[in-house]
Amino acid sequence: MDLSLFLIQTMNGVQYGLLLFLIASGLTLIFGIMHIINLAHGSLYMVGAYLAFWISSYTGNLFLSILLGLPIAIVLGIVIERFLIQRLYDRDHLDQVLLTFGLILIFDAMQSIIWGNDVHGVPIPDALRGGIMLTENLAYPTYRLFVSGVCLAIAVGMFLLIQKTRLGMIVRGGASNREMVSALGINIRWVYTLVFAAGAGLTAFAGMIAAPISSVYPGMGNSILIICFVVVVIGGLGSIKGAFLGALMVGLVYTWGTVLVPQFAGAAVYALMAAVLLWKPRGLFA
Amino acid sequence: MAVPREQMTEPMAPQTATTGERIVEASELHTYYGDSHVLHGVNLTVQRGETVCLMGRNGMGKTTTLRSILGLTRPRSGTVRIMGQDMTRAETHAIIRQGIGYVPEGRGMFPNLSVRESLVMAARPGPDGRRDWDLDRVLSVFPRIAERINHMSANLSGGEQQMLAIGRALMTNPELLILDEATEGLAPLIRKEIWTVIRGIKETGIATLVVDKNVNVLIDLCDRSMIMVKGELVFDGPSESLRKQPELLQTHIGL
Ligand SMILES: Nc1ncnc2c1ncn2[C@@H]1O[C@H](COP(=O)(O)OP(=O)(O)OP(=O)(O)O)[C@@H](O)[C@H]1O
Ligand SMILES: [Mg+2]
Repeated sequence: MDLSLFLIQTMNGVQYGLLLFLIASGLTLIFGIMHIINLAHGSLYMVGAYLAFWISSYTGNLFLSILLGLPIAIVLGIVIERFLIQRLYDRDHLDQVLLTFGLILIFDAMQSIIWGNDVHGVPIPDALRGGIMLTENLAYPTYRLFVSGVCLAIAVGMFLLIQKTRLGMIVRGGASNREMVSALGINIRWVYTLVFAAGAGLTAFAGMIAAPISSVYPGMGNSILIICFVVVVIGGLGSIKGAFLGALMVGLVYTWGTVLVPQFAGAAVYALMAAVLLWKPRGLFA
Repeated sequence: MAVPREQMTEPMAPQTATTGERIVEASELHTYYGDSHVLHGVNLTVQRGETVCLMGRNGMGKTTTLRSILGLTRPRSGTVRIMGQDMTRAETHAIIRQGIGYVPEGRGMFPNLSVRESLVMAARPGPDGRRDWDLDRVLSVFPRIAERINHMSANLSGGEQQMLAIGRALMTNPELLILDEATEGLAPLIRKEIWTVIRGIKETGIATLVVDKNVNVLIDLCDRSMIMVKGELVFDGPSESLRKQPELLQTHIGL
């Protein structure tokens, strides 16, 4: 194997990992802060991808589609949290799994009704077509670099928001002592709505920017959900840092797996999870 | 509870204030945990600038009274008025925002936040827009936590956590500070330090409602004392009159 293949696959792995982080961070935040297992998280990824496809089929512009589609996804997140999830905070995980599984079925049916069951593609924006020369004879797709850069910027922004701002402190405080947050005069229900909506927005955004790379197809939310649960479990439930590391590990193992052992690429990810759990039964950072 | 009638009513007489001056006015609170009936018609008021205490043996319902007032445990019947407004069914954060700083039993730490973060996240002007208390002032009152500003709350000693809990409540610029067992389980020296701070707070004019087991300190500190036995107030009157009736303390608190 030559160096250029190694470099390209590694960059693909990192790009995939960063994208997984956007999705998994919402999943782990919602679990860590509200103790909710949200199976419908992947459905919002699918919704994002379909919105990007649908809106850009009119506008012909991915960025404009994101600008228009993201508020729709966030409002959807707010509605789901306010009308459904909020009833589950004091219930056990089984009820949560039942309700959010029901949501998956509804989302899948809606997708089928509204957009049909064909596979769609979203064109790469003109400005980001083609490749960037890494060395004299090695090019890397500009759009993939762009996706990596955007995801990384969001990850850094999220880290700063959670670690440095007052809102972040309130969110973290809510994760460890919900009652005390209310007892300081802060409306914890709004904090929860905000976190859920942010998670929904991040996931949908991931679906939107991934659309030109991965195509748009029925059931895409469910396969990504399973991978993201692997990420969250590897990182430790509720840990953002863990989700970041776990996402990069899964991204690299999956991408390298498809090159080295194509038949077992999917299994390699679970082998990674098993290995991490044998070493740290609660995940890397929990 | 059989109480001579005059003990209940007579000491209350001087406090006939208009509702507007009452920060807290809880009437006839009945609170249950499942089937167990814990509060049996509690009537409790705190007025502006007043320092009052609630005493009683273990398990008598003091914490439950505070939680019922703050909407953390819902009373099955009775009413809670805060600043003259009916807030019986209001959410905890709305009740607190009327100007209450709460230091709960067990300190209510956020173990995953640093001292600075715990204080900063709570910061808020008072209901009237006052900003008397900010990070600098709280740290000057509690030099011990100033030294630990970047430590995680989980790694503080019990006394430091207690000071942090009080400082955090002050960051909300309250009209009324509610302290539940603020000196429990602390070394005598730290205890003294905390009482000194509470006296200082009293002097700034903030009303305080203190629940504690150090009866002598409480009687000295508070304008008015209440004794709770099995979910009922058996005494509510000037601390001075309680001092003159040691037999009451003997029967109800066991000193
Ligand atoms: N969460 C709960 N569930 C069931 N019973 C409870 C609960 N909390 C308190 N109790 C019971 O209610 C009664 C009153 O308790 P509460 O904590 O209000 O007493 P307290 O006067 O604050 O006692 P202490 O001095 O020990 O703090 C006790 O009998 C206690 O066992
Ligand atoms: Mg108590």
